[in-house]
Amino acid sequence: MLAYIIRRLAYALPILIGVNLLTFALFFMVNTPDQMARVQLGDKHVSEEAIEQWKAQRGYDKPLFINTAENSEGLLTDTIFFDKSARLFVFDFGKSDEGRVIGADISERMWPSLAVALPTFIIGISVNIVFALFVVMFRASMFDTAAMVLCVVLLSISGVFYILGGQYFFAKLWHLVPISGYLGGTDAIRFLILPVIIGVVAGIGGGTRLYRTLFLEEANKDYVRTARAKGVSETAVLFRHILPNGLIPILTSVVVVIPSLFMGSLLIESFFGIPGLGSYTLDAIQAQDFAIVRSMVFLGSVLYILGLILTDISYTLVDPRVRLS
Amino acid sequence: MNELVSVMNELLSIKPVVLWSDVLIYSLVVSLGLFFYQLSKNPLARQRWRAVFHSRAGVASFIVILFYLLIALLDSLHYREPLEKTAGSDEVHYSQEVRSVLDVVLTELRNKDEKTYSAPFAIYSFAKENMQTEDGVVYRDFPRLANAGQHLADEADHGMDIFVRSMKALLVAAFISAVIIGLHMAWRHRQQHGKALIAQQTLPWGTIYLTLSALVVTCCWVLELSKEYHILGTDKVGQDVLYWSIKAIRTGVLIGTLATLLTLPLAIVLGISAGYFRGWVDDVVQYIYTTLSSVPGILLIAVSVLLIDVYIETHPEKFNLVAIRADFKFLALCFILGMTSWTGLCRLLRAETLKVSQLDYVQAAHAFGVGHNRIIYRHILPNITHIILIALVLDFSVFVLAEAVLSYIGVGVDPSMASWGNMINEARSELSRDPVVWWSVAAAFVLMFVLVLAANLFSDRVRDAFDPRSA
Repeated sequence: MLAYIIRRLAYALPILIGVNLLTFALFFMVNTPDQMARVQLGDKHVSEEAIEQWKAQRGYDKPLFINTAENSEGLLTDTIFFDKSARLFVFDFGKSDEGRVIGADISERMWPSLAVALPTFIIGISVNIVFALFVVMFRASMFDTAAMVLCVVLLSISGVFYILGGQYFFAKLWHLVPISGYLGGTDAIRFLILPVIIGVVAGIGGGTRLYRTLFLEEANKDYVRTARAKGVSETAVLFRHILPNGLIPILTSVVVVIPSLFMGSLLIESFFGIPGLGSYTLDAIQAQDFAIVRSMVFLGSVLYILGLILTDISYTLVDPRVRLS
Repeated sequence: MNELVSVMNELLSIKPVVLWSDVLIYSLVVSLGLFFYQLSKNPLARQRWRAVFHSRAGVASFIVILFYLLIALLDSLHYREPLEKTAGSDEVHYSQEVRSVLDVVLTELRNKDEKTYSAPFAIYSFAKENMQTEDGVVYRDFPRLANAGQHLADEADHGMDIFVRSMKALLVAAFISAVIIGLHMAWRHRQQHGKALIAQQTLPWGTIYLTLSALVVTCCWVLELSKEYHILGTDKVGQDVLYWSIKAIRTGVLIGTLATLLTLPLAIVLGISAGYFRGWVDDVVQYIYTTLSSVPGILLIAVSVLLIDVYIETHPEKFNLVAIRADFKFLALCFILGMTSWTGLCRLLRAETLKVSQLDYVQAAHAFGVGHNRIIYRHILPNITHIILIALVLDFSVFVLAEAVLSYIGVGVDPSMASWGNMINEARSELSRDPVVWWSVAAAFVLMFVLVLAANLFSDRVRDAFDPRSA
């Protein structure tokens, strides 16, 4: 098992290098530091000195890959690529264009993100599974049809409207919870209820529909028919046969997003003013702070790849037929 | 006769503007037409499409999508009006404002600006203003709107007037629908007359008539009432919300279709070659799509859009018109969406090609010495078209929804372009006002919801008909 995990980690390395090169190409070759400085400094007629100064302050004045001015040691290390990209591999994110230490910001802001994303994730999946099972119980009936129509309707509403509607009714009209904001400690619960509810409701349409298909697929299998033929009651078939077997594809398919929960949600966090990584990224995008965006791209990729590895491991855990070789 | 001549002169004096997105959407519609014509020769495909159109939800949602597409096409014929000639010069200058044929249809809506917000059907403004009575006393109150309810002699008639006009619109709509449906039924009757009474499956005409009548009623009602009122109110600078939400249809429909189609070439070429050639080709393709899909999609899109912004800012000379700049940014956005979303389809196509290329008849073709290109084109492609088709209709609604989110984040379409995302973004800050300014968000919600719902229902039917797995 350990050897398998190590091998999977080794496979992940070339992908991370690819992501790193891709972001480097996007940020420094397609879009040169000169252009970045021009946009950041705002004015159309900035002097060359101002641009040079801006670049020097942020370390963008070095050559891209090879520094011919340096001797053997600095030849590769005293370059933008080494400074800004290669260091990401050891999670040294450096400073943002505004001068803040990105690593410290991230470790501070990932907890609020997690506080929203983790409950949303767990409650969301449980609710979807319960609903899907309920629909499967009444399959091929009017209730099934009506539930599926409702799912399509829920699925066709943009997430933005769920947030706006929720804020309007729960916070503004009925004053049940604060509209937005965040506090540390146990006070956080007051601020977290609404974002979590909205996150769950917004996912019901798609989730229930998907899980229903998975359960139905299971319900049409031979062993279920055999169980019925033996005279097993419908409830027992549902809970003893369909549910456990249907859960396998569901759980293994959601494992991939677990590490990414740290990244938070861009929309929910910015609407509710939660100081997590999602709103951090969004602020950076709007302020065109390329250093932060670059770090978040890399961090997001790392977490996603971690999720892929966890998925593979979970497959081997739940299904003994999957070989480790 | 003179009138006709003046109209002709006016038509000749305008300068057509062809935006790249216009060219793309029209060539797309033509190629879709050709595609369906080709498809109609294939009996299996015909049978499957028949299943789609014989379901009520399928045909109703198809009509709604066609209606949106029609508006988008009308809005894709652009031109610039000539300005008044300056004295002593024969040179014709054209207005900086690019208009479309749809603007001509909606002239009345476009020219009815107020000063600021006003609620739907209101005759008074939303904000108080300083006003003077005839004898010079200054007081503060809600002013009457300049372009709504001016014909009312007595304000008490307001509600009654709306009711009477609605009834009138309803009568006209009922008459138009009755004529269309009556004529069509008569035609159908004549067609069937004399034929043997085969138990022939027919389209669900009842649903078609109902959907068409619903559209006719909506159009008549909107056209009749928008003459005297702002049906959906006005926005911050007093522009009619209805006008902007209709203009936003083009953005939504185009982003859905163009971005979806841009995902296809990469997904199809890479997916099939990976599944068919295997070996190192497969490794390379898998590496590319794993790398690309491990970057969080929304960040990749945001970064690319920021880069496009930088390009536009550093090359202002290439974009002399606002519309051209907005169009460039719009196309870039479609391109970026396409480039970042092809990985899912590519993975599906690779897996299916792997399966299909192991089948006996493909092996037989190999044994006969048929070339790779021919095997792919004749034996593999037809067997994976259903996956492409299903992905095509599924992605459409995803992209329409994505546009709203991206525009909200600030990496969507140009702010000067009408789009539902921009409308939500502008109206968002006003939701905290008291009383709430809800109509912009509501308008964007309704129009977007109808389109996405129709697209989702249609894609469900297509999937049911084409996917052999779904029972």
